[in-house]
Amino acid sequence: MISTIQAWSPRTLAEAYQLLTREQGRIKVLAGGTDLMVALHARTECPPAFLNVWPLAELRGITETNESVRIGALTTYTQLMRSTPVQHHAPILVEAAGVIGARQIQNRGTLGGNIVNASPAGDTLPVLAVLEAELEIGSSRGTRLVPFNAFYTGYRRTVLAADELLLAVILPKRRPPEQQYFRKVGTRQAQAISKVVMALRLQQTQPGRVDFIKIAFGSVAPTVMRAPLTEALLQNQTLSPARIAAAREQVMAEVQPISDVRSTADYRRTIAGNILARALYELGQRN
Amino acid sequence: MYREDQFPQPLPPGESIVGTNVLRKEGQAKIMGQAQYVDDLTYPGMLYGKTIRSTIARGTITAIRFDPHFDWSAVVVADYRDIPGRNVVLLIEADQPLLVEREVQHHDEPILLLASRDRELLEEAARHIQISYQEKPAVLNMQQAIAAGESGDAGMIIRPPDNTIKKYCIERGDLAAGFRQAEVIVEGTYRTGLQEHVYIEPQGMIAIPGADGSLTLQGSLQCPYYVHKAIKTLFNLPDDKVIVIQTTTGGGFGGKEEYPNMIAGHAALLAWKSGKPVKLVYDRREDIAATTKRHAALVHHKTGVTRDGRLVAADIEVIMDGGAYATLSAVVLSRGAIHALGPYRCPNVRIRARVMATNTPPAGAFRGFGAPQTCFAYEMQMNRIAQTLGLSPLELRRKNLVRTGDLTATGQQLNLSVSAEQVLEAAVQRAQYETERAAAAKSSGSHQRLGIGLSLFYHGAGFTGSGEARLPTRAGVELLPEGKVRVLTSAIEMGQGTETVFCQLAAEALGIAYDDVVFAQPNTAQVPDSGPTVASRTCMIVGKALQDAARQMKSRLERFAADKWKAPQARIHNGELWIDHRSAISFAHLARQYFETEGELRVLHGYTLPPDIKWDDETYRGDAYPVFGWGAEVAKVEVDLDTFEIKVRKCVVAIDCGKALHPLLLEGQIEGGTLQAVGQATIEEVIMENGRVLNDRMTTCLIPTALDAPEMQVVLIENPYPFGPHGAKGIGELPMDGGAAAVAAAVWHATGVLPEEVPLTPEKLYAALAQAQSAAGEMRPGTAGG
Amino acid sequence: MEIHFEVNGKACQVETPPMKRLLDVLREDLRLTGTKEGCGEGECGSCSVILNGEVVNACLVPACQVEASTIITVEGLADGGRLSVVQQAFLEHGGAQCGICTPGMLLAATAFLEENAAPEREQIKAAIAGNLCRCTGYMKIIDAIAAAAGSRLERAD
Repeated sequence: MISTIQAWSPRTLAEAYQLLTREQGRIKVLAGGTDLMVALHARTECPPAFLNVWPLAELRGITETNESVRIGALTTYTQLMRSTPVQHHAPILVEAAGVIGARQIQNRGTLGGNIVNASPAGDTLPVLAVLEAELEIGSSRGTRLVPFNAFYTGYRRTVLAADELLLAVILPKRRPPEQQYFRKVGTRQAQAISKVVMALRLQQTQPGRVDFIKIAFGSVAPTVMRAPLTEALLQNQTLSPARIAAAREQVMAEVQPISDVRSTADYRRTIAGNILARALYELGQRN
Repeated sequence: MYREDQFPQPLPPGESIVGTNVLRKEGQAKIMGQAQYVDDLTYPGMLYGKTIRSTIARGTITAIRFDPHFDWSAVVVADYRDIPGRNVVLLIEADQPLLVEREVQHHDEPILLLASRDRELLEEAARHIQISYQEKPAVLNMQQAIAAGESGDAGMIIRPPDNTIKKYCIERGDLAAGFRQAEVIVEGTYRTGLQEHVYIEPQGMIAIPGADGSLTLQGSLQCPYYVHKAIKTLFNLPDDKVIVIQTTTGGGFGGKEEYPNMIAGHAALLAWKSGKPVKLVYDRREDIAATTKRHAALVHHKTGVTRDGRLVAADIEVIMDGGAYATLSAVVLSRGAIHALGPYRCPNVRIRARVMATNTPPAGAFRGFGAPQTCFAYEMQMNRIAQTLGLSPLELRRKNLVRTGDLTATGQQLNLSVSAEQVLEAAVQRAQYETERAAAAKSSGSHQRLGIGLSLFYHGAGFTGSGEARLPTRAGVELLPEGKVRVLTSAIEMGQGTETVFCQLAAEALGIAYDDVVFAQPNTAQVPDSGPTVASRTCMIVGKALQDAARQMKSRLERFAADKWKAPQARIHNGELWIDHRSAISFAHLARQYFETEGELRVLHGYTLPPDIKWDDETYRGDAYPVFGWGAEVAKVEVDLDTFEIKVRKCVVAIDCGKALHPLLLEGQIEGGTLQAVGQATIEEVIMENGRVLNDRMTTCLIPTALDAPEMQVVLIENPYPFGPHGAKGIGELPMDGGAAAVAAAVWHATGVLPEEVPLTPEKLYAALAQAQSAAGEMRPGTAGG
Repeated sequence: MEIHFEVNGKACQVETPPMKRLLDVLREDLRLTGTKEGCGEGECGSCSVILNGEVVNACLVPACQVEASTIITVEGLADGGRLSVVQQAFLEHGGAQCGICTPGMLLAATAFLEENAAPEREQIKAAIAGNLCRCTGYMKIIDAIAAAAGSRLERAD
């Protein structure tokens, strides 16, 4: 029952670590609440206690170093959209943040929450996958860095241990002429859960020639997924119509969508192919 | 009376109230958050109610087990045995129980009721009840219902003899001769899906037991007297022992026409048993899963035409899915069938219609009431005919649309306020249809295709056939001592503007200020039965009765003044009493005088049907409606051939309303209906799985957001209806009828593929385009480039 | 737990379970029933309130997260009996029909106009995309917000 659920609101990170260590899995970390409050209302989630990290200043803020941008886990989507370094180095993260829910959700939902919630439909996740972000994870045992692309181990499963907390996301800075591309396909223009979501990072040194490419999808597999076979097919190749068509076929073979209440596997597969082809076509033209 | 130095003068011009955009009567309360919706009310000692529902589509309850380890002392439990009267939710038929006795007919059917002070305890208690069933094979859709009826598979007959709830046949002319005359025959089958109302305020009701054995119901509802009748039957109570009060209602759209009978019955039973006030407010999941939906429909058209595009024969078959109980299906089907030919001339017509019983939650009233389903079909069929003959959709419509003097399928001669041509031309002109269409065609070739489509439609205002004649509609006004006048009616406000427009009508009829008219909260103990707030009838039918009552009050007061002050003539005008052509006293003063001398003044007036309306319920021939509202819409869409998403960019809607009593509210209502139709055409889908609504959440049962809404332009045409107040006709449902067809026609223009089904979700459009292109041997859609 | 926060300019203190929704705290503990519940899962925006200057869904905010916050609900928009500019515009331009989405819509619009005094129509649409309305088709609401922005500009001049 909701009235009997406890909530611990630590004042410091050290206190949060202590509680996590002490409670070992009986406690659920609560950030902006945009997923957990829904689950609680629907009674699909009813833990005995929450660790309310919302007040922790240590998990907020966006800072820059020479090489990277560090985004505190509690950074909201609205804050991401307003951040100059994020706009500059990860415009697709700004785009993704801007299509999550609508204002109310963007003001409460956090980047860390999107990551730890581990939904295959999380809109920022393909972005982090192609940006090859690193996750800074802490516990009373210390702090470690985990590549974002090694974070998920299965449907709604992550490498996060019961006593650990996601502290921050570290993004490498963008080096021009790198191009970024993001596309979300939901059923409506706002307040939509993705049916297919794609992020792409591409570098062409000569026009139309792929120097490197990173492609990731959400909502088409049990977790966010990179498309390594498609990436390999495009690596060092020219973005010719034939090559783009081949990439389209390849990515359709590579995704593993299911049919559910929101869409069909067939649709998702086709759309994954189509939006990738569209992205390659447009990026090839743009260069 | 008047001052002696005052000279006689002609009456100054009357202040116009009708036709102006006065402030919404209850607007300030809503805007300040003060309006009281049912969930905002609370009473001392009030319990909360909860409904325990079936988890199968069809079967027999074999056992109900209450966990003996759970403490039930703080929970009130009610089942069908607690009902003092008849276990039926009375509507057209008495087939639907308030609570299941043994046989479950659909998923989420109510079986038990719980009440408690503590809502969390209620949830906990629900988890300690186990209901066992012996499941039976369920009839899950109308095709199965028909198949079982035809094969006589007894195990699959859920409504003897053949699963049909109701059928009609409308015939005019000689169909066979018509087809012989035809040079081309065009056939098509069209489908429309279930649609959920998604009023933003869920269903809710509070029942309060009285010490005198009475029951008071307060809640979100469209038809106070429907609830009144249903509760009387359930509890064996006389008229005066049941009081139904409407609370501010957060949207209805038909969804709060008949379902409130059910939830009121449930709340009342718990109140009856516990002796305490009980509040029952659905959460969104329960609301989507258990309450009524728009009927899914399948319509087949076979049309005979001449080569130059004249309709000569139309054979139409309409099938609807009624769900497990009769509810209002018979009348929904009737309206759908009567409108099924469209606003077109055709001398030889047969319309066969039937609604089938299935083991799904009952379908019911939803804005348009059967007409949007058949409208989508007739408009798509017109497009198919145009395509077959190589005519433009506009030309085909111009050739066939009904004009004054023409006959409808039921043989009704259209004599009054016939505007099919006017609305069509107005929409086409405002939207620059031809120019825009040519411009859109040029954009073809890219993966983002633009398309422009149009639709032409009509909607019978008021009840079908003899409905208005059978119903004792009454409305009235009462004088208040402080000099105001109160409108008395059971026609309710649910956003559409009843309070405002009724106060305008009464003020204008009385010759007093809009601010001096107030609206009585609909309460069956205090207001007369004006019939239900449905069928685009409020303004035109109830408003007319109200206008007559207000006029009567005015002449009574004027007679009183003339007698009292011994004047040859007394007139109430602009809030003042005029005697002998001189302004004498304020209306408030007059009211006080009246109260002092005569006491209360309350005038009720009944609605009388205009003369010469003839309808035969047996043959389904005659004047189906007193008059029709007319509409035409031009929609502009953008179709993304990569993702098959449809973005509706713009809708131009021309509506003949007879008279715009309040243009701003009217436009708002038209725009709202137009967006509901855009939703119906594109994203609004109810997905059924084994008789259960699969997408029972707002995150999966989607309606358009502001970003999905097209820019809308409304063109109002005023072709007066002489028997409506100031010439007004009912148009509440009209904009819902033709919207989906306009959007689908635009998709046809954009893609070259004529849609046969709505909603056109991206998944369905993808499938339709892939099928069309594989049939044509073309490249599959979405291939990059170009 | 005991929480302290400010609602519509007044300091409040409420004893509540920590995970109780702000929506319920407002409606039940403070009897501020102008904030409506339409879905309970952050989809419809009927329960929108302004929390520390930002519009949020009160159904998704637990009580334990509002300690020391400042909240504005629909009851706090008018200054005594005097409607705010946004409220007045909604009244005049047909922004409210059934009224159930209106409180949330007003708060979304109010928070938005604080950031953007002269918005484009598309920006207004995005600003209220988290508030579902089933009556109006949104046009009159957008008109009202645009008018409110206009009248603000007039006042600023």
